[in-house]
Amino acid sequence: MKALSDIRVASLLALALLIGGGLALPDWALFLMTIGLAKALVSLGIVVQMRAGLVSFGQGLFFCIGAYVAGLMANFAGLTDIFVLTGISVLACLAIGGIFGPLLANYRGIFFAMLSLSLSMILYGILSKMNSLGGTDGLNVAAPTFAGYAPEGRALSLSLYLYTSFIVVAIGAILRTGFDSQHGLVSLAVRSNELRVEYLGASVRRTNAINYVISAMLGGIGGVITGLAIGHVDPEYAYWTTSGEFVFVAILAGYLSIPAVFVASIILELVRSFSNLYFPNTWQMVLGVFLLVIILTLPNGLGSLFHRRREGGS
Amino acid sequence: MDLFLVILVDGLIYGAWLFIVSVGLTLVFGVLGILNLAHGSLYAIGAYSTATAVGIYFAYGGDAFPLGSYAVMALAALLVAVVIAPLLERGLLRHFYHRDEVIGVLVTYGVFLILEDAIKLIWGVDPLFVYEPYDLLGMVEAGPLFYVAYDFLVIAVSAVAGFAVWYFLNRTRRGKVMLAVIHDREMSQTMGVNVDKVFLLAFGAGVFLAAFGGALTAPMISVSPGIGVNVIIVAFAVIIIGGLGSIEGAALGAVMVGISRAASVHLMPELELFIIYFVMAVVLIFRPEGIFVRTQTRKI
Amino acid sequence: MRSSVKRLVSATAAAALSLGIAAGAQAASHSETFKIGVVTFLSGGAAESFGVPAWNGGKLMIDMLNKGELPAPYDQKGFGGLMIEAIEIDEAGGATKQVQEFRNLVQREKVDAVLGYVSSGDCLAVPPVAEELKAFLVLYDCGTPRVFEEGSYNYVFRTAAHAAMDNISLAKYMTSRGIKVGSFAGVNQDYAWGHDSWADFVASMGILMPDAKATTSLFPKIFAGQYGTEISAVMREKPDLLHSSLWGGDLQAFMLQASARGIHKRMQVALAAGDHVIPQLGQKMPDGIILGARGMNGLAAHAKGGELVDLLWDRYKAEYGVFPVQAPFRMWQGLLGVKTAVEAAMKANGGKKPTAEQMAAAMKGQTWEAPSGTITMALGNGHQAIQPNAIGTTKWDEAAGEMTLVDVEYYDAECVNPPNGIKAVDWIKAGFPGAKCN
Repeated sequence: MKALSDIRVASLLALALLIGGGLALPDWALFLMTIGLAKALVSLGIVVQMRAGLVSFGQGLFFCIGAYVAGLMANFAGLTDIFVLTGISVLACLAIGGIFGPLLANYRGIFFAMLSLSLSMILYGILSKMNSLGGTDGLNVAAPTFAGYAPEGRALSLSLYLYTSFIVVAIGAILRTGFDSQHGLVSLAVRSNELRVEYLGASVRRTNAINYVISAMLGGIGGVITGLAIGHVDPEYAYWTTSGEFVFVAILAGYLSIPAVFVASIILELVRSFSNLYFPNTWQMVLGVFLLVIILTLPNGLGSLFHRRREGGS
Repeated sequence: MDLFLVILVDGLIYGAWLFIVSVGLTLVFGVLGILNLAHGSLYAIGAYSTATAVGIYFAYGGDAFPLGSYAVMALAALLVAVVIAPLLERGLLRHFYHRDEVIGVLVTYGVFLILEDAIKLIWGVDPLFVYEPYDLLGMVEAGPLFYVAYDFLVIAVSAVAGFAVWYFLNRTRRGKVMLAVIHDREMSQTMGVNVDKVFLLAFGAGVFLAAFGGALTAPMISVSPGIGVNVIIVAFAVIIIGGLGSIEGAALGAVMVGISRAASVHLMPELELFIIYFVMAVVLIFRPEGIFVRTQTRKI
Repeated sequence: MRSSVKRLVSATAAAALSLGIAAGAQAASHSETFKIGVVTFLSGGAAESFGVPAWNGGKLMIDMLNKGELPAPYDQKGFGGLMIEAIEIDEAGGATKQVQEFRNLVQREKVDAVLGYVSSGDCLAVPPVAEELKAFLVLYDCGTPRVFEEGSYNYVFRTAAHAAMDNISLAKYMTSRGIKVGSFAGVNQDYAWGHDSWADFVASMGILMPDAKATTSLFPKIFAGQYGTEISAVMREKPDLLHSSLWGGDLQAFMLQASARGIHKRMQVALAAGDHVIPQLGQKMPDGIILGARGMNGLAAHAKGGELVDLLWDRYKAEYGVFPVQAPFRMWQGLLGVKTAVEAAMKANGGKKPTAEQMAAAMKGQTWEAPSGTITMALGNGHQAIQPNAIGTTKWDEAAGEMTLVDVEYYDAECVNPPNGIKAVDWIKAGFPGAKCN
């Protein structure tokens, strides 16, 4: 019970900080925060799987599905309500994650990574070929409405930011509870030693499959918000370099702390945004050096700055 | 029958290219356990160095002995390996051997980002051409079509390189030591093997093969920024199909992908984009770790 | 209780601090200068063919404008006396990234106008954001007709004709020069640009040469670099004509590999936008290749001559060592279009720096002279330009040691561009009704 009230207080505080900060920020920063938070959800999906020892290079698949749900529903079915779109995206990713999760749960390590990557690239190929969905040019996405309220300009940016903040805090709280639940602890055990976990009676395959579906849904939510915020979706959302960036944020943050994922994602957005302005010809190099420095100095990610690993050896 | 022959020839040409481009990647993974995402950039550096080197060769009297340009290409690749491999391996990768294999991937991803811009800083954004070696051997008639003889040279060189690596690993003493390190690093060290040296040699070979792939390709294309990025995905697919760490697997995977792609272009061009992932998915369903798998021991 | 809250507070504080530092790093804008954001490819596959030459041309012209070195009617310094300050942004990274960069340019850097975009994907993603932010946006290079055929904007303009013109002109060239085409094949990149080019060409040939049969059409992946298999497939078909809209490194590789196998001796090769590879390929580009420059750009413009063209041609060549291909020409017509609009708006508002609304009002339906000819905003309700086109055949001039274009055919803007109100592909299929050819 003490843990639960911990989480509730922390969530309320986080929400207050986000809302307060949002009201004070200029437009461009608000947009950056919204994107950073939404993409962090996708990386959080990778963290969920990392806790069980798997690194997915294919989160782009669900990120893209979520984004295209936003685009297609708005353009072809006239649905612009953000709550409805989020719901549809979660259902779509639940369905597709449910199909591939059990399949991919058989693979480990590099093979899991590469197989998840190829699923994502297959979606990329399919979408690139479908000229009815815009092909490689993609689709424009209409601005979202909020249960009837149709804002414009700063009000729109603020509404999106607030919606994202609520979702982020809610998911953060749910996941924190989930990580400390039986399923979450078994995941950590799977990371340490699969064979012993099986011997003790838990199903590794089931754990991995469930984790896969959870990250699928997270990817979808991140995708739908990003698609709506940017106003444009294209097959690039499923390309391997996009997935690679989510992995980067997950590794940067480490799997020990949930807030670290959000901070890491926002830092990446900031670095990307400013490096393009000051180093237009060498921004890739700046990003690469930044990545190496982080990997060298923070082996357990940013999360290790706040959270000591309580477990003993591996 | 004609069509079948054309598909076979095209498939072998493309497959040979795939093999030479992928074999370095699988070797490095097999020995060091690191999936080198910077492999594409090394390929690009090989191509750029060759373009520069052959350009210099012909500017300073190479016309007298044009076939010498082939030796220059190989030397350029060797130079790249000798300079870059120690820097990368000793300076950077060494610190990550004990960590998760995915960390290795991310480190090499960082290196890839850095190298891509480094290439632009060194050679600029203008394309380089080095077409003399491509034209030297003239054209050859194979079946109903004309091909450039250079393409067949690539097939020959790939086969020789593949055989050489296989022979080294399986028939020479040094190679068998390397195989021992692949199977069990700790045990080899206990037996007195200088694992550090083996790693450096293996990585150096991997860099050389990547650069050599670039060197061989340079005469066929315009060497420009970004040629490395697209090679990575294709090389990955080939070695996943063949089994990570397996030279024979890389060869088989390369031929399979080469012929599938040639068949798809001639018969069903719409599928061309997917064919490589399709083949990979099919292989992985039946053989989850690729075609040729090393039996791995697992510590309980 | 304290540990998780403490963690959360420190996490959010870290984020807030970084944002605060970042916000403080914003640049301030002067009122005596006109700040223009220029977005084009400085890295990646399109850099050396389009992005970098365009930016080189842009830098040069901005410098010349600020010094007042252009002939009338462009002799006023800068834009209406305001010194031009350019911020360059790399277009690489995808549409999502570009939308973010655009927002940064407008909201953080507070530019007065944005001139940019080579990629069709970016040209479809950014305009709605420009409308949302009420920012003056001028698209200068991208080809997709979809921008103004599927959307209408108040603040967005395109100062170059869209890509339908390229392939319509290419098909017309066959009839103008009496080239016999019984069958034709295509090798185009597998994305919107390649598919649209092939579709436009097939439709145009369907009207102009109805007996010509379209045989194999191949769509290799963009940046594939290796075309051995495709070349084999085409050579097996033995068509009379090979169409391609390949560009940049892909086109260079394709030409090297194809000409080594003698493809240009067995069939006529026609390149929809091929002029930009001539400087790099040099003598490796065979004679007898039909190509376009997406407008009266490059060698075709040089052949026609004129005060503005000659001045810019010579200065570009002196500065960069190569002659300017299509990309800098389009950058120039974009800059001159903006200049014309800004100066017209300033005349109307009494000499003050114009707002986005005033510039938009001025640019609507505008006509101006550029090195590529007369540009008119005739489509998309006055937001989309049309311009004349030129198609020629390559021929190496041994004496001068350079590539020239011979048998050049010039097409009026209204001959190869659809009129307002009809989609390009529909106009082609209807048989070009209302086309005004000389």
